[in-house]
Amino acid sequence: MRDWRIKRKLTAILLLISGLVLSLTSAAFVTYEVVTNRETIKIHLATRSRILAANSTAALAFANETDAKEMLAALRFDPHMVAAALYDRDGRVLATYPVAASADLVPAAPQPDGYRFEGGRLVGFTPVAQGANQRLGTLYIASDTKAVSDALRLSGIVAIVVLAIALLAAYALATALQGRISAPILALAETATAASTRQDYSLRAPKFGEDELGTLTDAFNQMLGRIEEQKKELQQHATRLEQRVAERTRELEKRAAELLAANNELDAFAYSVSHDLRAPLRSIDGFSQVLLEDYATQLGDGGRDSLHRVRAASQRMATLIDDLLKLARVTRAEMRTERVDLSAIARDIVVDIQRAAPDHTVEFAVSPGLEAQGDSRLLRVVLDNLLRNGWKYSSKRPHARVEFHALDENGERVFVVKDNGAGFDMRYADKLFGVFQRLHSAAEFEGTGVGLATVRRIISRHGGRIWAEGVVDQGATFYFTL
Amino acid sequence: MNAGKILLVEDNPDDVALTMRALKSHNITNDVIVAQDGVEAIDYLFGTKGRPAPTDLPAVVLLDLKLPKINGMEVLQRIRADERTRLLPVVILTSSDEERDIIDGYSLGANSYVRKPVDFVEFTKAAQQLGLYWLLMNRTPPPPRGP
Repeated sequence: MRDWRIKRKLTAILLLISGLVLSLTSAAFVTYEVVTNRETIKIHLATRSRILAANSTAALAFANETDAKEMLAALRFDPHMVAAALYDRDGRVLATYPVAASADLVPAAPQPDGYRFEGGRLVGFTPVAQGANQRLGTLYIASDTKAVSDALRLSGIVAIVVLAIALLAAYALATALQGRISAPILALAETATAASTRQDYSLRAPKFGEDELGTLTDAFNQMLGRIEEQKKELQQHATRLEQRVAERTRELEKRAAELLAANNELDAFAYSVSHDLRAPLRSIDGFSQVLLEDYATQLGDGGRDSLHRVRAASQRMATLIDDLLKLARVTRAEMRTERVDLSAIARDIVVDIQRAAPDHTVEFAVSPGLEAQGDSRLLRVVLDNLLRNGWKYSSKRPHARVEFHALDENGERVFVVKDNGAGFDMRYADKLFGVFQRLHSAAEFEGTGVGLATVRRIISRHGGRIWAEGVVDQGATFYFTL
Repeated sequence: MNAGKILLVEDNPDDVALTMRALKSHNITNDVIVAQDGVEAIDYLFGTKGRPAPTDLPAVVLLDLKLPKINGMEVLQRIRADERTRLLPVVILTSSDEERDIIDGYSLGANSYVRKPVDFVEFTKAAQQLGLYWLLMNRTPPPPRGP
């Protein structure tokens, strides 16, 4: 019943209710009919008994059996009469009806006065008396209860016919009237299904009246309206968002194009520097050497010294240009990220350094198995700069030592390059990584001040950090993460 | 077999003078033919209307990259594209040590790539070694048969 269609449910409920009411009514009707009939035949029997009893006084008083029989025989005109008997004062049977009545039809002795239903019959014992209190005997009469069962059958048939007609009428009415309730609900359900399957929120459910279902329909339609509005708003938002994304994309594309152009310009600039800036230096150095070779005697000591300085300066400038180009290249170079064995690279560099200056005795300690994710060529530049720095600044020590190892700080891998060389004053630590910034004179330690700037740029391109600690004359330690 | 000439393609007169001096000071007496730009180099190798191509190719071409009119890479391309000069030894001699130039040079078929040092002493050494190697030690391919 739970999953029945609402039409069927309504019809079923209506039929159930009317069926129940009609059944109860019919039962009451039938019961009334039966009870009434029983009372009626009781009264009839009593009346007939009293008349017969009044007529029987003479026959009993004189114990006249013939008269008594004759009188009882008159009962044959009533087909309902089953049996009758007259008892004398002592309870002996004087006469019976029918004449030879069997023992089960007529009781052997009179029973208490009164009328009652017994074994499908109505039996009655009536006193026969002369005057007010001289009892002569007892009259017994039994009648069948056919009148009652006839009434029961008739009223039953009537009740069933009425019930059937009434249920039919109820069914017809229910079918016709349930539409009043189910139609708006069905329409609502249909609209809801259509709206949700087609996602068409412009649909509206038809309204049938101003009752609760009408209110429900109104509320539902309002809800659809609101959903429709919100959908429109959402669509507008989405459109605006798309426009903004497109705008941003255009901006970004423009910015990227600008960056590309700037990068290309930088490329062209670096290319030009590489080609054109060195050429005049070559002339300066070359012709100074020509002068030194061809006119040495005319120049004198002062002249030769000046030309040596000119040559030294032009060569230093060439180194500067090269270092700057390296810095620019580090910035432009495409990154190819891979697993890099830093220990192996460090060992390579150490071999290079030691081969280039075999008379410098600097002890290198490179921890094995140090690995990182990054661009191997750029990381080689980092280690080359840091290890060469360590080597350079500790070269004046009797027991120079440069270490490369790593430690884990707060779950982060920190690589360390440490030397026991000249160190630096922590007050100037922030200047270490600036381009052309130096903490030592060229006379003390040669250099251009580009190396650490290059290192920092590479580290930041890897998304890492670099910092340094130092104490004057006790060494410097560089830390970096990747 | 030619005794060996050097075709120096170089637009900077200072560099020309210094290169000549470096070669001379090491007794490399071969003729040095100077082309001051790419067009001159091409004209020398392949001839013009007025002047035919030389019967003998140089032993080596010392080629600068940054040249007026036609740059060094294009000259190299033209040299390698022509049947007559396909195998001609070409050494790129330039200020640049841009990786791109080195890769492009070798890709186009340069035989060597040398960066000019700023230090003239180094430069002289380089010029001497180049002269000795390409003129004396290296065996050039036989000249292609003419049409």
